[in-house]
Amino acid sequence: MPSLKDLKNKIASVKNTRKITKAMQMVSAAKLRRAQEAAEAARPYAERMNAVMAGLSASVGTSESAPRLLAGTGKDQVHLLVVMTAERGLCGGFNSTIARLARLKANELLAAGKTVKILTVGKKGREQLRRDLESNMVGHVDLTEVKRVGYANAQTIAREVLTRFEAGEFDVATIFYNRFQSVISQVPTAQQIIPAKFEGATTSALYDYEPSEEAILADLLPRGVATQIFTALLENGASEQGARMSAMDNATRNAGDMIKKYTTIYNRSRQAAITKELIEIISGAEAL
Amino acid sequence: MAFQFDLVSPERRLASVQATEVQIPGAEGDMTAMEGHAPTITTLRPGILKAVGAEGTKSFVVTGGFAEITATGVSVLAERAVPVEEATPALMDSLLAEVRDAAGVSDDKDAADKAVADMAAARGMIGQ
Repeated sequence: MPSLKDLKNKIASVKNTRKITKAMQMVSAAKLRRAQEAAEAARPYAERMNAVMAGLSASVGTSESAPRLLAGTGKDQVHLLVVMTAERGLCGGFNSTIARLARLKANELLAAGKTVKILTVGKKGREQLRRDLESNMVGHVDLTEVKRVGYANAQTIAREVLTRFEAGEFDVATIFYNRFQSVISQVPTAQQIIPAKFEGATTSALYDYEPSEEAILADLLPRGVATQIFTALLENGASEQGARMSAMDNATRNAGDMIKKYTTIYNRSRQAAITKELIEIISGAEAL
Repeated sequence: MAFQFDLVSPERRLASVQATEVQIPGAEGDMTAMEGHAPTITTLRPGILKAVGAEGTKSFVVTGGFAEITATGVSVLAERAVPVEEATPALMDSLLAEVRDAAGVSDDKDAADKAVADMAAARGMIGQ
């Protein structure tokens, strides 16, 4: 049985924790709103980009001269997994779900005899994957210093990926991130970015192309990679804040429950101590 | 006659207005799009994009991207776009420096040199 003083200290410490988690939750809520706005603002560009490239690739895709970013290298021996996670923890299962999906995919590919290379974005994913896949890691992009993810960050990552592709280091690139659905639900997603894949390739209106279709496509594909990475980064940002918000909400609630429980115990033992003292006094008086 | 003009960058939508004509710095030369233009997709070179509408002319500095022109509208997807009023000489210098840096590592010497020249010309138009 802990002493009354111990209990008192315990309650005070849990109360402090609750204050911290509450504050973190509120900060995340504010950041989430900003992240969602950023994701919203980026949507028109990504959608148009995708539509135009889908149209272009539908008309060029099958030809021999199609760019390698679209047609691929003709092999799928070496896979590059770009694993995008957060720089910070305390956000529930956010980082683990991405890492788990990536590890699953990596093991699947390794079992099929493929070569796997991993590029990590964000510290947490690297820490989790380093345990069993360290030998497959080829690089890391650090975003610790970045307060607000901008297109420039996406371009840096895209450049890193494209340089490796040009050097023939891999055949297929896939990005891993959490797609934001709601505050309580984020879906870990794997998306292939090289060779480019487009959904709903509709044959768009007949356009004049200036310069040629191939030249435009060659110009657009690298931008497309950057745009996809940027979209993923923004989704990830919103997901991270959403996950942290619900994790901190839970923590706050648990702290509240704990305080209630300890307060009950504290009051009970205080009562017991008083009763005990009373009994002692009374029986002492009776003995006289 | 007005038609729809959209200018979006990866980070935000800069303009979505009715315009009568849009002057585009195309990769193979400037072009002006008006209502009823043949559907065209063109890449952009660094330069000044102008949209003439009912409320006057709006100009933007763009560094690249592409434009999709249809009979009923123009949408420009610019890698980087800044309204001319916000384009200070210092900003233009930093953009120019960026293009120069990119040119330094590029394989395609001609294209890179052209991009630098275009950017320098746009810088010249802003003045100072």
